[in-house]
Amino acid sequence: MTAAVAHTRFITGRWLRASYRQPALIIFTLVQPAIWLLLFGQVFQGVVKIPGFGDTSYIAFLTPGIVMMTALMSSGWSGTTFIADMERGVMDRLLASPVSRGGLMAGQLISNATNTLIQTVLVFVIGMAAGARYDGGPAGYAVTAVASMLVGIAFGSLSNAVALLTRQQEALIGISQFVSLPLTFMSSIMIDPQVAPHWVSVAARFNPVDWAAIAARQALSADPDWSSVLRHGGYLVAFTLIVAWLSTRAFRTYQRSV
Amino acid sequence: MATHAIRTTDLVKTYPKGQRALDGLSFSVGEGVVLGLLGPNGAGKSTTVKILTTLSRADSGTAQVAGYDVIREQDQVRHAIGYVPQKSSSDPMATGIENLVLGGRIYGLSRTDAVRRAAELLERFGLTEFGGRQVKTYSGGMQRKLDVALGLVHRPQVLFLDEPTTGLDPEARADLWTEVGRLAGSEGLTVLLTTHYLEEADRLADQLAIVDHGKIVAEGTPEGLKSELRGDSVHVELVDADTDGTVRSLLGQLPGITEIVAEGKVLRARVDHGATAVPAVLGILEDKAIPVSAVTVSRPSLDDVYLNYTGRSFQAAEEAA
Repeated sequence: MTAAVAHTRFITGRWLRASYRQPALIIFTLVQPAIWLLLFGQVFQGVVKIPGFGDTSYIAFLTPGIVMMTALMSSGWSGTTFIADMERGVMDRLLASPVSRGGLMAGQLISNATNTLIQTVLVFVIGMAAGARYDGGPAGYAVTAVASMLVGIAFGSLSNAVALLTRQQEALIGISQFVSLPLTFMSSIMIDPQVAPHWVSVAARFNPVDWAAIAARQALSADPDWSSVLRHGGYLVAFTLIVAWLSTRAFRTYQRSV
Repeated sequence: MATHAIRTTDLVKTYPKGQRALDGLSFSVGEGVVLGLLGPNGAGKSTTVKILTTLSRADSGTAQVAGYDVIREQDQVRHAIGYVPQKSSSDPMATGIENLVLGGRIYGLSRTDAVRRAAELLERFGLTEFGGRQVKTYSGGMQRKLDVALGLVHRPQVLFLDEPTTGLDPEARADLWTEVGRLAGSEGLTVLLTTHYLEEADRLADQLAIVDHGKIVAEGTPEGLKSELRGDSVHVELVDADTDGTVRSLLGQLPGITEIVAEGKVLRARVDHGATAVPAVLGILEDKAIPVSAVTVSRPSLDDVYLNYTGRSFQAAEEAA
């Protein structure tokens, strides 16, 4: 167990170091959510006027949504680093060593979650500069940050699992886009599902990204419904644990095929 | 009973597509020996290494490395071995030192020990001045040396080198041969080296096992294997391929000539005495007005050993693979 913790730490270090050595990538991952926020903020400005839309300020509504969308979209790329390791002999060398498989997965996911956290802070800075205001206080921001990291970890481990199973960059990117777009639109990320067709709001109920968005918006509101925050947060934690465990199992499937 | 660093018994492995990679492969290696697993691409060498390094599992058969069973005592095996895969195993975004330190830490070395060991290995492989640079800036030869260093970071008992010089230019290859040659026998290290270069096997291996179609077809020292072949080998290169077997049957009539194998324009044969066989070969071909571009006589090479055991030349096997 202590070895697993130590290995997680070493692997986290490896990925964090690799990400700060790619300044172009950092800029891209920071600029992209900023553009989404400002673009969608303009395009869908009018939706708050639709009767039944819960919020009055669209930018305040959108900001937590873009946080989750960013966490989802960037975690989809997570597995590409695994594929790069498999294309070289790095993965084989590590799997022939006593390194903890859980540590191999967790280290990479923790490094991803760190990047997600930085993105989340940045999206809020831009959202607030554009006029978003929240009454929820520190607890609201903390819930949002944790929820975004859970989205990043859950979908990052799914991406890693797909990487281990397909071992192909193209297949991974195709699958991750195929999954992340519907998850984005069948949720409350951009619009309140109240104003969308009924089936969308039904689908959103089973969407982990939506759980995160709901938990964040509730926690950020003036009078949070904590039971809703806990319920959706709980679903999200459970989902994350299940996919993280499954993706660690994917190492075995990979080894069976080498 | 002699101690075996590696011992495999009847390994069988079939890949999902139905391709049989190993077909009852058995061999053993003593401690401190450099074993060369020689065979063309697709013979089963890498599959063997993957099973022995716990990456893959055999369908049946058993294998022990450093006295541990590769399935039941996976963790002990992983601590005891170093593995240098066919493809470069270093992280290109990290520096040489970072790669080695992470490598050492994974095997439980303290930070201080891992740093010291990294410096030691960089020095040993002549990479000290590049230790602080990212691996993506290294040449192919430097990356390969770092790969070997990564395999040695925790002072393993058994080192697996899978095709260590494939893809390297001749200079880098010669350089790596010197390094691997130096490893041999040091600190009781056992090395299993797979290669499809006859010259590499001849130069580095104390013992050879020739693999063909997932089986070991011959085992012994390179010298021993060569001396088992009596006489000399003769290569006759024709202007036109011997499509109808005329030349083959002509040569067969000569006394003291055996094991004639035709591959395209080249005929190989074994003779008791090269010096007397050549004039006879040339004479009989001239009588029948069959044009010849070259005839050579040589002491048996590993290629002849390979031909003797598998019925095809190494090159033909490579091309077929």
